[in-house]
Amino acid sequence: MSTLVIKDLHVEIEGKQILKGVNITINTSEIHAIMGPNGTGKSTLASAIMGHPKYEVTQGTIELDGEDVLAMEVDERARAGLFLAMQYPSEISGVTNADFMRSAMNARREEGNEVSLMKFIRELDSKMETLAMDQDMAQRYLNEGFSGGEKKRNEILQMMMIKPTFAVLDEIDSGLDIDALKVVSEGINQMKGENFGCLIITHYQRLLNYITPDHVHVMMQGRVVKSGGPELAHKLEAEGYDWIKTELGIEDETVGQEA
Amino acid sequence: MTVETKLTMTEQDVRSFSASHSEPEAFTNLRVQALAAAEALPLPKPDKTKIINWNFTDFPVHTVESSTYASLDELPEQVKSIVDTDQKNLYIQHNNTPAYISLDKNLQQQGVILTDIQTAIREHGDLVAKYFMTEAVKAEEHKLTALHAALLNGGMFLYVPKNLAIKNPVQAIFVHDNEEASLFNHALIVADKGSEVTYVENYISTVPNAKGQANIVSEVFAEDNASVTYGAVDVLAEGFTTYVNRRGVAQRDARIEWALGMMNDSDTISDNTTFLIGDNSVGDTKTVVVGRGTQKQNFTTQVIHWGKNSDGQILKHGVMKDSASAIFNGIGKIEHGATKANAEQESRVLMLSPKARGDANPILLIDEDDVTAGHAASVGRVDPLQLYYLMSRGITKQEAERLVIHGFLAPVVNVLPIEGVKKQLTEVIERKVR
Repeated sequence: MSTLVIKDLHVEIEGKQILKGVNITINTSEIHAIMGPNGTGKSTLASAIMGHPKYEVTQGTIELDGEDVLAMEVDERARAGLFLAMQYPSEISGVTNADFMRSAMNARREEGNEVSLMKFIRELDSKMETLAMDQDMAQRYLNEGFSGGEKKRNEILQMMMIKPTFAVLDEIDSGLDIDALKVVSEGINQMKGENFGCLIITHYQRLLNYITPDHVHVMMQGRVVKSGGPELAHKLEAEGYDWIKTELGIEDETVGQEA
Repeated sequence: MTVETKLTMTEQDVRSFSASHSEPEAFTNLRVQALAAAEALPLPKPDKTKIINWNFTDFPVHTVESSTYASLDELPEQVKSIVDTDQKNLYIQHNNTPAYISLDKNLQQQGVILTDIQTAIREHGDLVAKYFMTEAVKAEEHKLTALHAALLNGGMFLYVPKNLAIKNPVQAIFVHDNEEASLFNHALIVADKGSEVTYVENYISTVPNAKGQANIVSEVFAEDNASVTYGAVDVLAEGFTTYVNRRGVAQRDARIEWALGMMNDSDTISDNTTFLIGDNSVGDTKTVVVGRGTQKQNFTTQVIHWGKNSDGQILKHGVMKDSASAIFNGIGKIEHGATKANAEQESRVLMLSPKARGDANPILLIDEDDVTAGHAASVGRVDPLQLYYLMSRGITKQEAERLVIHGFLAPVVNVLPIEGVKKQLTEVIERKVR
């Protein structure tokens, strides 16, 4: 079993404090969902875990099986087992999706032990079928000219090929129609197991109709303000966030506000 | 103030060189006149690069004698690797010596001509007289074109007869392995009405240094409804002063596509101009460049529209590292009367080090109302968010940069029609950006 421990995480972007002490512990075989309205710091948490160059951690720790994640470069974090499905993935012209994914897989292997082309293609084909992606997307340039939905599927495809220990999915459901949502959920569900943990960031409950989380956390004002089981997501869907604000005496849930 | 340039070749030298190749009198006269003109003519003026102090005129010797290749097995390894095993149509020049030639028998019978330029001057005088430095590039244009005409010492001629489509590419390889050598090469390509051909040329130095001049002119003629695809990978050694002028003339419904990989280690002035003379003609220009060391380069790409409904596309991508500098001039010119013409261009420069300099200079000159045109230009460093994205998948920073750079230069690599040449360009890029 692996464990990702986030303790008292404080994060700034361009001098502005966004996260003000986030605590979450995720084990493999667990699915966690982070919910909350816009502007409460959810995506900042995702970016800070992966090491986005614009986000500065000012306090707190992230440890993966006791290893200091914050001391690692972005690529080292990835090779240590972390993965982030990004909300706005970059477009990279001239680099085919397939070449990119092979490079990513080979980055985890010793020189001379690269994944064989045949094996790679077979695996890619089968995962793309699961995600109902056109086969020609493998030869298109990375995310270039992809629709919003195609980009999301492509993020999940990468996750399925790379098989990380922990995946953070940043609003993987936004902009997806119901059919796309189903195939993306199917992809994530295929990953479930004792060697995989997942942190799903969303502000809609509907994704959680297809993926049942073990733990649900609500973020407001740059902190986790409430945690619970799957029933918490259902309550949020039914009643919205106002009851939490009332319970905690929060007037404005966005970051920059204090309780 | 003009710098008086003393030419190392006299009229007598030019006459005797011409005589030794049994050139017709008209051609000798063309050389002699050009030599006289070269003394007085000014250098070209590539926008934003001062070349007044560049040395375009000194060279140790005009011609060197080199061996011919009896078979492809005798080629140096570096050269062998860019010839595909099934390459049937091939011209190889060894410094100034025509060294190997082969042309598919069927094509020969159908009237295709592939020969070294000297043979063409002797044996195909009418075609040469019609096309050689008459329309696309003129000897009296400036000092360097005049010098080129006067001192021409190599090159090749390709003629494709009417309505013949050559399926396999024609390849020309100019091997440079003698430091003393100068290349006054001329490639003349005539695609007659309704014909189709793909031509790929390689300039390849197998020695690290050069002391001579590379003054290269290519002229491409696509007659009505003809189509010419022209690929080039230039890898000339440091020490040359390279002037390379590649021009095309497209008649009605004709198409000229360029894919130029400009990988010289020498200072280089490049002119790539396409004249869209005929209605519905198309000119598509793709250029990629890597500059390194203290190289100074200027790449001027022009598409000049005369024909109605003509379409001109310019794409230029340059990578600059070390203290290299380069200017990328893109000129779309639409003449009066070229209604419905479309002139598009995109120039992008990627800077890999703080001392590198690159300038994208898009110019649209439009003398007609009923047209469309557009340009995009950018100069910058590798996007940190692209690197972040790639690295977030476990790819090292170095490898991520490599992927972004290769992707940036892919537009030319991907369209080169000969596998060996495609691979060669990829490897040259690899070597130069490392």
